Amino acid sequence: MEKLALFFPFFLSFFYAFFISSANGVNCLDQGQTVVEMRGITKRFPGIVANDNVNLVVRKGEIHALLGENGAGKSTLMNILFGLYQPDEGQIFINGKEVQITNPNVANELGIGMVHQHFMLVEPFTVTENIILGNEPRSGLKIDINKAARQVVELSHRYGLKVDPHAKIENISVGMQQRVEILKTLYRGADILIFDEPTAVLTPQEIHELIEIMRNLVKEGKTIILITHKLKEIMAACDRVTIIRRGKVIDSLAVADTNPDELAAKMVGREVTFRVEKKPSVPKDVILSVENVTTMGNRGVNALNGISFEVRAGEILGIAGVEGNGQSELIEVLTGLRKVQEGTIRLNGKEITNQSPRVISESGLSHIPEDRHKRGLVLDFSMSENMVLETYFHPEFNQKGFLNYEAIDKHAERLIKEFDVRTPSIHTPARALSGGNQQKAIIAREVDKNPDLLIAAQPTRGLDVGAIEFIHKRLIEQRDKGKAVLLISLELDEIMNVSDRIAVIYEGKIVGIVDPKETDEQELGLMMSGGKTMSGGGNG
Amino acid sequence: MNKWRNIFLAESTLVPLAAILLGLLTGALAMLAGGFDPLLAYQSLLKKVFGNAYNFGETIRQITPLIFTGLSVAFAFRTGLFNIGAEGQFIMGMLASVYIGIVFDLPAYIHAPLAILAGALAGGLWGAIAGYLKAARGVHEVITTIMMNWIALYLANYILASFLVPEGKQNSEPVKETAVITIGWLSQMFDSARLHWGTLLALIAAVVFYVLLWKTKLGFELRAVGFNPHASEYAGMNVNKNVVNAMLIGGMFAGIGGACETLGVFHYMSISAAMPGYGMDGIAVALIGGNTPLGVILGAILFGMLSFGASGMKFGAGVPVELIRVVIASVIFFVAAHGIVRYLLKPVLAKQKEGS
Repeated sequence: MEKLALFFPFFLSFFYAFFISSANGVNCLDQGQTVVEMRGITKRFPGIVANDNVNLVVRKGEIHALLGENGAGKSTLMNILFGLYQPDEGQIFINGKEVQITNPNVANELGIGMVHQHFMLVEPFTVTENIILGNEPRSGLKIDINKAARQVVELSHRYGLKVDPHAKIENISVGMQQRVEILKTLYRGADILIFDEPTAVLTPQEIHELIEIMRNLVKEGKTIILITHKLKEIMAACDRVTIIRRGKVIDSLAVADTNPDELAAKMVGREVTFRVEKKPSVPKDVILSVENVTTMGNRGVNALNGISFEVRAGEILGIAGVEGNGQSELIEVLTGLRKVQEGTIRLNGKEITNQSPRVISESGLSHIPEDRHKRGLVLDFSMSENMVLETYFHPEFNQKGFLNYEAIDKHAERLIKEFDVRTPSIHTPARALSGGNQQKAIIAREVDKNPDLLIAAQPTRGLDVGAIEFIHKRLIEQRDKGKAVLLISLELDEIMNVSDRIAVIYEGKIVGIVDPKETDEQELGLMMSGGKTMSGGGNG
Repeated sequence: MNKWRNIFLAESTLVPLAAILLGLLTGALAMLAGGFDPLLAYQSLLKKVFGNAYNFGETIRQITPLIFTGLSVAFAFRTGLFNIGAEGQFIMGMLASVYIGIVFDLPAYIHAPLAILAGALAGGLWGAIAGYLKAARGVHEVITTIMMNWIALYLANYILASFLVPEGKQNSEPVKETAVITIGWLSQMFDSARLHWGTLLALIAAVVFYVLLWKTKLGFELRAVGFNPHASEYAGMNVNKNVVNAMLIGGMFAGIGGACETLGVFHYMSISAAMPGYGMDGIAVALIGGNTPLGVILGAILFGMLSFGASGMKFGAGVPVELIRVVIASVIFFVAAHGIVRYLLKPVLAKQKEGS
């Protein structure tokens, strides 16, 4: 009797699964059986419900997209599936069997693998060493590296993932590093692969290759869950899509039956315009001129190789490029955080080469940093203090070494109101705000300095559509006020929509300047990869 | 009234209080295990501290240097630095003040302040060396400050032996009467317990600590650098300069502490094989006090009472000194591991959240 009672929930779930699949099976008989089912998943974090009674059904052999804005809860859901979080409520079934995924090792045993957005690779190790890490084939006490390499080659042939098993990670391209991550999961016998925003770091050409790889994997019987907020990829690669908004599942439908506009509306909860409204630009005097600037990167090789360009008042110059081609170093050089070896930088005709960040900032340059937590904010400072981070020493806030906190608070209140930063109070630490509001606060601070040149680096990274619209509007507003704007972004769409001119950076040099109205993604992609198509890797 | 209740029941008050109680409880268990009567022991501790005027005065004497070194560690900590070197800065403060006290002949209103100032400068510079090494060479301040402690100890011994201590003796000559900061009338009130102006200076130092960090431009920079050096650099602050400044000011607190100890308590300095220990206890005091000035004062009072009352436990209940250190260590343990305390307090804290 007792045993029967133990089995009872299992029977129940079996029948339930059967019922569900037969109910859905009417219009998709050839879709294969359900491999992953998440039922009634709820996950609460202090202050928010990240997942609210979420149901997800993934069938064998499909590429299933998980679509949602940043913070919608799709990563939380997948982290639950991968065993990184425990759900507060709900059940998970893998191949029809209820499971408790208490940690990633359990997920591995169940055949679930995850390709993380930020690669988890050991840079000085070879491709093979990284793939077998933690699961090494041994002969005696030694690692049988040759056998491992053979296995890697075999796997890479089978799934069409071209890698050099003996190359070191630090010497290969980002695209190949990603393939190594995929091989890592395959080597561990994964049948269900979770891809977390895999295209964020790739060129358009590499994205095509990735989609090709995903198709191959599916052909070999694997199942793929793709976390993304890019509609284009879903339309190009996926079979089904589940849309999550504010922790709740909005809909789950076949990609063939939908279109990007419908998906966008479901994702955001209202109609969205993809085009940014703006008048034609009226460029005036040169504000920033960069001439033949060369600087050393952190790896000891030149990150900038004699880069030259100009930004004029009343225009937005966009810098497009694949991550790691000198963008970060360029920003650091312009803002005084990194020394220049050769060349000159002028702001308003005044030379600012190798000046301190303070001198440059006081000369009329504002900067929205690419990493707002590292550079943009002191997270443990109050909003009020953060708003004067660069201006606290000005006479309006500072009297003989003592700060006038009354004036500082007033200043913060004004900015927060003007830029609609949602914060409980100006005394709330910056840490407590959402990413979008943190970014708004930074933009408020930078724009309020009334700079001649505003550098916006990745200004919308990790933000939702609403915040993105707001930020793009503010950038264009700056331009229309006759200021110069330099936009550096990895999002090609953003560059194409917002910029008046696009400069493409490749290996520390501008390889071309184009008009966004006369170019397309294909051309930009080619320029971004150095004029050649990237096949099989290249050399990072 | 309600406000006071709230302050008392606030998490930031409740957790350290519970931690101290748990520490005392663990200490009691240790004493029980050793076959001693913990109740009698704690009773004799309190009797020792509050029993008569002399001992009460001496407890205050014990607390004073701990406030200084606690502030020194807490100040550096607020700016993202771990100052293990309060000990060495304290010694340098003693040395400089005793030197000025012995060698110079000045009127009292200049002599004593000058000696204290010299102590502050010596301690400050000693700290600043570690700050400079961090800023210029990237050497971690924990390593340098620990080494600087030993250098300070032996440098002080060398200078004492060479210039200030008469041959064949252990102690230096006493400082001149004009440099002494003992408060005669107060000492008499407390049956000649060694009370001095340094206690008042310690309280002033705590106020300075607060004003400097939270009201001035310098403090804004120091705290910003402590929380996030990258953002501070981006905002145009000179991170390296601030590291040196932080260690300089932190060292000054400890240096004044050392100066007050020689000028107010002993009036001489001896060649010593071991460190005075106030600097290391200062780390614990800063920890107990949560690196706030008020917390440091309270932490120093607790620590001073425990370590001065320890002899009472020894005489009153026969508890050996080692066990008394166990009691002190358990208090520190629970304060440091406030996660455990929070876990144990969970029901209480949860109830409060509902209530508020």
